[in-house]
Amino acid sequence: MYGNAYIDPNEKANLILAEEDPQKLAEFEARIDRGEKIEPKDWMPKEYRKQLIRMIEQHAHSEIIGALPEGTWITRAPGFKRKLALMAKVQDEVGHAQLLYSAAETLGKSREAMINDLITGKSKYSNVFNYPAFTWADACVIAWLIDAGAIINQVANAKGSYGPYCRALDRICTEESFHLKYGHDNVVTLATGSSIQRDMVQGALIRWWPPIMHFFGPSDKISQHTEILMKWKVKMASNDDMRQQFLDMYVPKIWDLGLSIPDPLLKKNTATNKWEYTEPDWDEFKRVINGDGPCNAERLAVRRHAEEHGRWVREALNNVGSKYIVPLA
Amino acid sequence: MIKSLDPRVTRAQIEENNTITPLKDLDQWETYEVFHQKKRGDQHMHVGIVHAPNAEMAFLFGKEQYGRRGFSVNIWVVKTRDVFASEYDDSDIFDTVPEKQYREAGGYKVMEKINKYKKGV
Repeated sequence: MYGNAYIDPNEKANLILAEEDPQKLAEFEARIDRGEKIEPKDWMPKEYRKQLIRMIEQHAHSEIIGALPEGTWITRAPGFKRKLALMAKVQDEVGHAQLLYSAAETLGKSREAMINDLITGKSKYSNVFNYPAFTWADACVIAWLIDAGAIINQVANAKGSYGPYCRALDRICTEESFHLKYGHDNVVTLATGSSIQRDMVQGALIRWWPPIMHFFGPSDKISQHTEILMKWKVKMASNDDMRQQFLDMYVPKIWDLGLSIPDPLLKKNTATNKWEYTEPDWDEFKRVINGDGPCNAERLAVRRHAEEHGRWVREALNNVGSKYIVPLA
Repeated sequence: MIKSLDPRVTRAQIEENNTITPLKDLDQWETYEVFHQKKRGDQHMHVGIVHAPNAEMAFLFGKEQYGRRGFSVNIWVVKTRDVFASEYDDSDIFDTVPEKQYREAGGYKVMEKINKYKKGV
């Protein structure tokens, strides 16, 4: 599950292309234009490497941290079947992180360095996971709509230029299709159930709508250095285009269930064929992604705890060859 | 202590500002390349990597990571550093020159000879 990588608008958009060998750069860009993939040992501009590491790493962290709000409801999932399904989904997300860390490593950043940057808060992850899953219905809305958003993003990026990332995404998309159906089934069950169930899912949708609108990242108007990244097929669609695609696919499905979306301005403009909506609160988005959200502190503390408490297992495995020998004297 | 919506987190009694020793190099071990066979009779195919302390653990992680959907009937793992690979920069080593037609099926024009023979030329 993942939205677009977050680019800090305060970061200097210093694309140091001037330092790159123009001939190599031209060959590199021609390869991408021909639709060929770039592989780890190929020459690539420094900026390409840097942005891909940042993007794939954030994606990997998002999968790991995304398992936390959903995992909240494993112990209290309604019924054995839903509990099994949720556990399988959470396992998938953690597996996706493994695939993505592997892809990022091919660019030269070690897995240890990525994990260290996550637990110290240096690296970002998808902002939506800094929000709490108050009820079972929240977990259902996440599984349906956040995964739906993630699929839109991942299907687009799977056609990108970096081979290892594309291969990881192909595998991930296959698994996400189960998540989407599972999430939809859960939401439909609640929405077509008792009035208490309907209220529950409506409440969750109201809570999750702003984070969902934030999911694809800041509006193109304020999002920086998109152009070169799109040229290099690092980014395959603009944030606003993906948001439009999401609204197109899912707003009708939400309305079909008789649920209301908490945005009075939301409607499709038949003249432009585009959705109109209240501009998401990008100040809140920035505040939360920089650490001041409802769950940021908990998410990272839990991750640090897990890392520290799993250490003995890793160390024990390291000594797998050692044997107990009876003391000599 | 964190009071979480997740009862498991609350039970674990986690301090919100806990700190840990940063992971050292190789904390996550070296990598193994994983190959799987989709069904009996197919070639094994590379599917990705896993980090593991030894081949047995690599096998276990490989099975869980790449075989848990029932898409595999057989798995191989091999240490990444034991793979001797070619460089993309050297891909011209695979180019074939036109005069090596003698090792292509298309290099043999038997029908021409047969037709010529039949016409009794």
